[in-house]
Amino acid sequence: MKKVFERTKGLSDAHFTFCPGCTHGTIMRLIAEVMDELNIIEDTIGVSPVGCAGFCQDFFTCDFVGAAHGRAQAVGTGIKRSLPDKMVFTYQGDGDIAAIGTQHAIHCAARGEKITSIMVNNAIYGMTGGQMAPTTLEGMKTTTSPYGRDPISVGMPMDFPKIIANIPGAVYVASVSVDSPKNINKAKKAIKKAFQVQQAGLGFALVSVLSTCPTNWGLSPVDSLKWLRENMLPIYELGELKETEEVKSL
Amino acid sequence: MERVLMKGNEIIGEAAIQAGCKLFFGYPITPSTEVIEYLSANLPPKGGTVLQAEDEIGAINMCYGAACTGNRVLTASSSPGISLKQEGISFAAAVELPMVLVNVNRCGPGLGGLGPAQSDYFQSTKGGGHGDYRLIVLAPSKAQELYDYTMEAFDLADQYRNPVMVHTDGFLGQTMEPVVLKERPQAPDVNKDWIVTGAKNREKRILASYSLTNEVGEANNIAWENKYKEIQDKEQRWESFHTEDAEYLLVSYGTTGRICKSTVLNARKKGIKLGLIRPITLWPFPEKGIKPLLNQIKGILTVELNTGQMIEDVKLAAECKVPVKLYRRQGGMLPTEDEILENLEKIFQPEESGEVRN
Repeated sequence: MKKVFERTKGLSDAHFTFCPGCTHGTIMRLIAEVMDELNIIEDTIGVSPVGCAGFCQDFFTCDFVGAAHGRAQAVGTGIKRSLPDKMVFTYQGDGDIAAIGTQHAIHCAARGEKITSIMVNNAIYGMTGGQMAPTTLEGMKTTTSPYGRDPISVGMPMDFPKIIANIPGAVYVASVSVDSPKNINKAKKAIKKAFQVQQAGLGFALVSVLSTCPTNWGLSPVDSLKWLRENMLPIYELGELKETEEVKSL
Repeated sequence: MERVLMKGNEIIGEAAIQAGCKLFFGYPITPSTEVIEYLSANLPPKGGTVLQAEDEIGAINMCYGAACTGNRVLTASSSPGISLKQEGISFAAAVELPMVLVNVNRCGPGLGGLGPAQSDYFQSTKGGGHGDYRLIVLAPSKAQELYDYTMEAFDLADQYRNPVMVHTDGFLGQTMEPVVLKERPQAPDVNKDWIVTGAKNREKRILASYSLTNEVGEANNIAWENKYKEIQDKEQRWESFHTEDAEYLLVSYGTTGRICKSTVLNARKKGIKLGLIRPITLWPFPEKGIKPLLNQIKGILTVELNTGQMIEDVKLAAECKVPVKLYRRQGGMLPTEDEILENLEKIFQPEESGEVRN
């Protein structure tokens, strides 16, 4: 029988432990496919964060280092500075990179650190059970904003990739979503480019991926995708937010 | 071998280079800044990397990443900066990463002052960060020891796969003294089959410290505990000074350990049989240096630059067999050798029965 679909070499045979309908699995598969296509699995060291995204270390087939909460890009910097010829990427949730790890994210970009960061934005803290994130939408109910996010008290959600795009050392910043096949294809292209930027030694690359959290949003998997489209897409603009001339000519 | 006049903090930097340190990550803070300045000028020309991080948290986590690749890595800071590093140090201890940390102690708490202090003894020796772990802690008392112990710290870190701290202070860090720049002794052969360099022709490796089940968690803790016990058994170091016939004992390390040598010599001139144990490893604490003396001595005075921290370890070693008292200065002040002797005499009222030595 002809095999028409198989697991990419970038993913191990460990079973995903994510909740039904969570899009972490989709995003990890895209990264794994990119590593396979670029033939870099054996040359890549991933850095896992704290939070649901932290489980990624079990699912990829490349070497992995587990970082403290928010520290993945500092850890990635240490690895890359020690082994400049290897590929280094961080896989982080929105709370990890845009709240507790903000200083590392800003300065990793400022240094033009030659690593690739993937930010998974589901507008909530998943692992700890649905608390408010820096990306939680205005009025959105979480366990620490039970009456809805109040901008007067805690401010408006941060569009983090746009902040990073303002920094000179960040040479490629993209905002993508995995809510539809079309957007998944675009997400993969952006992730691939973010790794190619690193291969070419051009500087720091960030891809923000809009993602779902059916469990903590209290929605079915299908309704979660609908909610993402209706509520997150108008706030978090998709597209290649920054691409230097050097990156365009890759 | 070259004998040169160098500032303490620069000696640490030179020792790191000689020990094969390839990477330094740090953030400026007085009185440790000359370490990053010296290395910024002298490590890159030798093929190494120096990076000034966004903060101490960034610096320690960069060390963590670099240590995962098997290269020798150093960071240096002073008390408030070391506080910021504690999360990363705990993670490094859990993943069993060799790295060398330098704390050029300043006085605290809070922002404190820049004068010599030993107020971080608890933080250095009892874990410092969260969780149950230990650092190997070395306490130099002069320039040559800054050089020798820093070099040795890298070997110990590799040998035990554990972070090692060099615990010094602003007095030692800022003073210029002669030092012999010895050749690096042969580094021990260590197993590096755990580092991450890309999973080429081998299984992938994960260096992380999360234990999903309590059973795994306990097994990890027991493994670390066994390592710490081995270190306690094998690596206790101290200097004994005039202890053979001592009736009274000073216990003091670092800058005050050095001052106490003069106190011992002055006491001997007066016929007081005083000796000194100068701990070289603060952890493991050198109880083996103290216990054999318990049947011959009448009292122990610890001399510290804090409210009395090491005295707790000295009391444990003394097993209530002899009185253990404290003489301390704080806030950046140092005692004189005479001041220490006066207080020893006031506290213990020793008979001047010994042979008077001049």
